[in-house]
Amino acid sequence: MEFPEDLKYTREHEWVSVEGKVATIGITDHAQHQLGDVVFVELPAVGDRLEKSDAFGVVESTKAVSDIYAPVSGEVVEVNDDLPDNPELINEDPYGDGWIVKVTLGDPTDLDDLLSADEYRAYVEESAAE
Amino acid sequence: MRRSPLHELHRQSGARFTEFAGWEMPVQYRGIVAEHEAVRARAGLFDVSHMGEIEVGGRDALALCQHVTTNDAAKLAVGAAQYTLWCDERGGTIDDTILYRLGAERYLFCVNASNAAICSAWITEQARAFPGARVVDRSDELGLIAVQAPRAAELLARAGGERATRLGRFQCGESSVAGVDVVAARTGYTGEDGFELFAATADLSALWSALLDAGRPLGGEPIGLGARDTLRLEAALPLYGHELSRDISPLEAGLGWAVKLGKGRFIGGEALAEAKARGPARRLIGLRMTDPGIARGEYPVVAGGRQVGVVTSGTKSPTLGIAIALALIARESVDAPLAVQIRGREVRAERAALPFYRRAAGDGDR
Repeated sequence: MEFPEDLKYTREHEWVSVEGKVATIGITDHAQHQLGDVVFVELPAVGDRLEKSDAFGVVESTKAVSDIYAPVSGEVVEVNDDLPDNPELINEDPYGDGWIVKVTLGDPTDLDDLLSADEYRAYVEESAAE
Repeated sequence: MRRSPLHELHRQSGARFTEFAGWEMPVQYRGIVAEHEAVRARAGLFDVSHMGEIEVGGRDALALCQHVTTNDAAKLAVGAAQYTLWCDERGGTIDDTILYRLGAERYLFCVNASNAAICSAWITEQARAFPGARVVDRSDELGLIAVQAPRAAELLARAGGERATRLGRFQCGESSVAGVDVVAARTGYTGEDGFELFAATADLSALWSALLDAGRPLGGEPIGLGARDTLRLEAALPLYGHELSRDISPLEAGLGWAVKLGKGRFIGGEALAEAKARGPARRLIGLRMTDPGIARGEYPVVAGGRQVGVVTSGTKSPTLGIAIALALIARESVDAPLAVQIRGREVRAERAALPFYRRAAGDGDR
């Protein structure tokens, strides 16, 4: 199970990576493992506005439909066009080619309450122990 | 939750578990899509020990079986099996089952896990009017392993079950696999050739391990309930609770072929005859999504903005690569332009012929 150090995480199992004013968002290795084979992804449109903590898309596996929640607020500037035809990228490379959207980060303080890699790893391990 | 006798072996095989009908059963091992493809291409082993087994014996055995089922059990020779449904007085479905005739006066029903207790109580109650019939619920003593797919016969032979491979489709009989006494049947729930093996729970681990070992060199593997569902859906086989229920009759589910109104009186016969004469108000049809999106059970189906039905089961078909669904639709709307409501949006679909997937003909069709 991977928890890259340079990313921030949510308790809903999304990751965020920030470069300048652009935040890239995806779901974590733990999330894709729990879901199983991803067979469909519902993406927002470029130009849509995401609100922190609101659901902005859906990742579907064979058996389950799972909402994706925005870790930060911002305007969608790019969506991963490879996902509609190759949803399995989320399973194969959740932190790389399986990225989901990029947004312009409106308010950098949105990042403050996100989890570090260590905090997220601890959270996942705690939840597994229940 | 109850557990299969094979639970520990499944854990060792890397199974992930889910709750189904009060049982903790494997939902996947390697992954649903991978397991689905393994069954279509090579062979798969399914632990379905959670299903129920009810034996009916005695001189009134046939009469009792006829009384509680829709299909004609009198057509069964010794060593034959048939798909048949149990209905209530209103023609609603209590369960869909397979009935095996193992002897002159010896029949065995295999019933769904979710209905095992209900069926057992129901047939025991009905048996009071048939003093010459003896009902024994054998669900706790028997486990069930299914071996499915193109290489199923090969796998079975390698596991010391060569005699069972001589059964034709829907034939059954006492046999032996890997030195374990079984009742073998050439039946299944995947749309492929295959076998179902009933064995005593005490023998189940030995049987499963022998089958796993025999299957490995053939590319056979254990299969969970997740792939079991995608396989049966591609074959358009009903799942009780989705395509069948107390509110969905066999006629609405397109199973009129398993309802033999001419066989004599049976529970639900009158209601079904009336429904057949009127024409069922709803029909189960196949759908193929034409816009992106996956239809799932309970999603509404609309035509011209009005709800005309509901999806009963749906998924992305691993074999076909498209989103497919079964849906119960008002009779007059089955050929209308249809759409499925997915999270508030209307996603277009077209009617698809059933089954969605049909295997090439082979030995199992004798």
